[in-house]
Amino acid sequence: MTMPTLMLLTLIIPLVGGVLLTFQTNANTRDIISLVTASVLFLVVLGIYPGVLSGQSEALILAEPITGLAFSLQAEPLGLLFATVASGLWILTTIYGIGYMRGNNETNQTRFFFCFAISIAAAMGIAFAGNLITLFVFYEMLTLATYPLVTHKGNEDARRGGRVYLGILMFTSIGFLLFAILWTYSLTGTTDFTPGGILQGNASPTIALILLTLFAFGTGKAALMPFHRWLPAAMVAPTPVSALLHAVAVVKAGVFTVLKITVYVFGIDFIADTGAGTIVLWVAAFTLTAASIVALTKDNLKARLAYSTVGQLSYVVVGAMLANAAGIIGAAMQIAMHAMGKITLFFCAGAIYVATHKTNISQLDGLGHKMPFTFAAFFIGSVSIIGLPPMGGAWSKWFLLMGSADAQQWILIGLLLLSSLLNIAYLLPIVGRGFFRPLPAQDAAQYTAGTIQEAPINCVVPLCLTAAGCVALFLFGDAIYEFLQPVFTVAEPAGPAQ
Amino acid sequence: MISTQLPAIVLLLTLLSAPICSMIRNGDHAWKLAMFAVWLSVAAAFALMSQVWGGTTLSYHMGGWPPPWGIEVRVDELSALVLILITLFGALVISALRESLRTVMRSHRHSLYYATFLLCMAALIGITITGDAFNVFVFLEISSLSTYALIARGRDRRALVAAFRYLIMGTIGATFILIAIGFMYMVTGTLNMADLAQRLPEHADNKVIQASFAFFTVGIALKVAVFPLHYWLPNAYTYAPKATTAFLAATATKVALYVMIRFIFDVYGVEFSFSQMRLDMLLIPLSIAGILLGSMTAIFQSDVKRLLAWSSVAQLGYMVLGVALLNTSGLTSAVTHMFNHAMMKAGLFLALAAMIYRVGSSNLRDLAGIGRTMPLTTAAFVILGAGLVGVPLTAGFISKWYLVSAALDKGWLPLAALLIISSLMALAYIAKIVDAAYFQPVPDQHQNVRDVPVSILTPVWVFALLTIYFGIDTRMTAGVAERVAQALLSVAS
Repeated sequence: MTMPTLMLLTLIIPLVGGVLLTFQTNANTRDIISLVTASVLFLVVLGIYPGVLSGQSEALILAEPITGLAFSLQAEPLGLLFATVASGLWILTTIYGIGYMRGNNETNQTRFFFCFAISIAAAMGIAFAGNLITLFVFYEMLTLATYPLVTHKGNEDARRGGRVYLGILMFTSIGFLLFAILWTYSLTGTTDFTPGGILQGNASPTIALILLTLFAFGTGKAALMPFHRWLPAAMVAPTPVSALLHAVAVVKAGVFTVLKITVYVFGIDFIADTGAGTIVLWVAAFTLTAASIVALTKDNLKARLAYSTVGQLSYVVVGAMLANAAGIIGAAMQIAMHAMGKITLFFCAGAIYVATHKTNISQLDGLGHKMPFTFAAFFIGSVSIIGLPPMGGAWSKWFLLMGSADAQQWILIGLLLLSSLLNIAYLLPIVGRGFFRPLPAQDAAQYTAGTIQEAPINCVVPLCLTAAGCVALFLFGDAIYEFLQPVFTVAEPAGPAQ
Repeated sequence: MISTQLPAIVLLLTLLSAPICSMIRNGDHAWKLAMFAVWLSVAAAFALMSQVWGGTTLSYHMGGWPPPWGIEVRVDELSALVLILITLFGALVISALRESLRTVMRSHRHSLYYATFLLCMAALIGITITGDAFNVFVFLEISSLSTYALIARGRDRRALVAAFRYLIMGTIGATFILIAIGFMYMVTGTLNMADLAQRLPEHADNKVIQASFAFFTVGIALKVAVFPLHYWLPNAYTYAPKATTAFLAATATKVALYVMIRFIFDVYGVEFSFSQMRLDMLLIPLSIAGILLGSMTAIFQSDVKRLLAWSSVAQLGYMVLGVALLNTSGLTSAVTHMFNHAMMKAGLFLALAAMIYRVGSSNLRDLAGIGRTMPLTTAAFVILGAGLVGVPLTAGFISKWYLVSAALDKGWLPLAALLIISSLMALAYIAKIVDAAYFQPVPDQHQNVRDVPVSILTPVWVFALLTIYFGIDTRMTAGVAERVAQALLSVAS
């Protein structure tokens, strides 16, 4: 199959799967359809690799309502990496979600899996978008498709969270992102993602600075402060949603957008020459420090993880704004590494909730002995987020530090190291509580001593797999590095590639 | 054979079936005749579009008398597009009208209502295709008079006041336009528009022509509802009977806008209107004020009908702004938005009429939870609302895109930012409705509300699907609009 067909399939498969499963009345067939859809999608995404590796960049134009403004798809390494992460983790989340939703007797499960499938289709669209406007369409589609998931519980709390979610994401995207896209179009006459960027020679340094700031804040999903509030608000959603969407698909779509705009709209040389990234760089540096400090104060497990995500996303933005090869590679790796680590943590949080209905960290004393797999996985995920070997997270942090050193941002290096310390401070005590504190007396009565009482198997297996994934990513860090190299070798000869 | 007579046929179909309709006692039969006539006109309008496609102009001489003595009918791409707008959207509204009228008035009155409706449509078609300035006035009066009658048919007694207010304002507007045409005739001795266009430039410094221009501007601004002459619009839209609003919102102001473009660019000429009389200095600030005020007021309405009416004030501001920016993108946006907005607003009012048909009120309180009781209607409403906001892949996005591009082409960044802000306001007022429809509990008295009959639901969905279609395939909207814009602007340069 040709590349355009495969890219189109990545959009169609989740949509068809989503529609199919709405017609199922039997819960088992419905779940099988979800699972098959997810697996087939992952295979199709893998099928795109040979093409991208051999340097094909055939575009697929879906429609062209305004001359020079098409809806088009085009695969390139960054997008493919994002698509792989999202579709691969979708399989695990589906397995996990089935266990979680049934374990909790959640209502409206069909709507849940339907919206989930639509969200994945939108994420694929973002990954393969060939220009800004296509990306924008799928970006908005993702916001709208995840909204029913955030408000899934339907109580007043969920509705309030949903309003914040929709309000911030829609406001920033229309107010800033769309405006920046229009401005770019007016300056350059195109919105196509072009290796080496399209703004070079079309925008003055001041305009570039304003534009990049607009783009970064406009991508509300990247959760730069002060537009990060939607992410903690979205935590009212069921845990599988938090795990895949608010640790992987949605937030990564945000930082991926920033990364892609940096590389293919501005071009890293242009940003490095004009210093267009200055404002965003320091906002991101502030965000990653401040979010870690806020995370320390949160007792609710999911809230702490949410603030941790806010902080970790800013690593990607920092990497993009450094505008050098090490920074961009670090940023791209951080997308994959953080996804794997954070989804593990959320799976664990959900497993703890299913097994014990506990949501606060202060209630977790001694649970490690009852749920050893969960807490071991939590430990592995935490180490990966912190960025220590032998976990995947070590690579991204390493490249980000290298990038900062290349850009001679010594203060930034200090902040990144400080943030790593803070990560240790807010993540490891959770594991410590589980293993080293005794079970409170009133809880101990509920458990038979010396036995393991884990969450359902559907929940435990995925989280063990993602924890293993964190280790695997460390071993295959080199492969990812090689894969991302073409982003720069193509970027060097500036000018239109097609 | 028949294709050469199309310009006359498209007008006569509705004009002649109107009196016949009024003589049929049975409302259902009258409706069938009206349906037959309007859908044939739709076909005629599309046939005309295909004849002028690419930029040809058809000139048809009524009764074989050559212009400038006889009455000339001129159809070019712009008028063909407006023709499609009037006939297609009018026809869709009429299709829903039979079911929708049932609850409003007794059936033996229906035929009179259809007759008025057809007359109004015929008049609007007449305005669009005529090449004669005085005919424009005549048809404008016919359309206004029939509109007053349509509005006054509302059950609500306040409809009478609204109709009366509209009558006063409309008459002032029409009189001003008549004075303007009279002045032109005084100086040039001709009423044919093409002829006027040729003769006027030599009288550009004539004070009478300048006065004529001033009268015309004020008169047409009243009809288009340019801020601050928009006050008749919210009331007229709010109190008109249900589906009628859909037709009025789609056509009346749009046709007035068409007349405005036609006269400013073709009759008076770009050179005279903008370089000499500085019309842009007047229209740009006014349209911006209209956009902001209209959107802002819309946000604070609790009656959805009134909310949509105020949104119309803002949206008309977009179109006038597009005209006043005086570049290709701006004019393209104005013409495209004229078509797109007609479609979206008609759809929205029709969907709303469907809700009123079941719930009996257009107050947000009564529409709470309607997304659950009337899922199909509400879904269409949301699609159309997304179009109004300007979400990509809907028609509204296309016109907004051109408008913001026009502002950026001029290098007016603050204006572009302002337009984005106004989009956010649109988002706010649509979100308010969506929030009520989906996230609030259904009031007790509306628990057993169901979706409307297919005969209303189908036109609503046609509007919604068209909104998406014209967001993707823009050959007929933006494509035509761009050619029209280039033609209109190149006349002067």
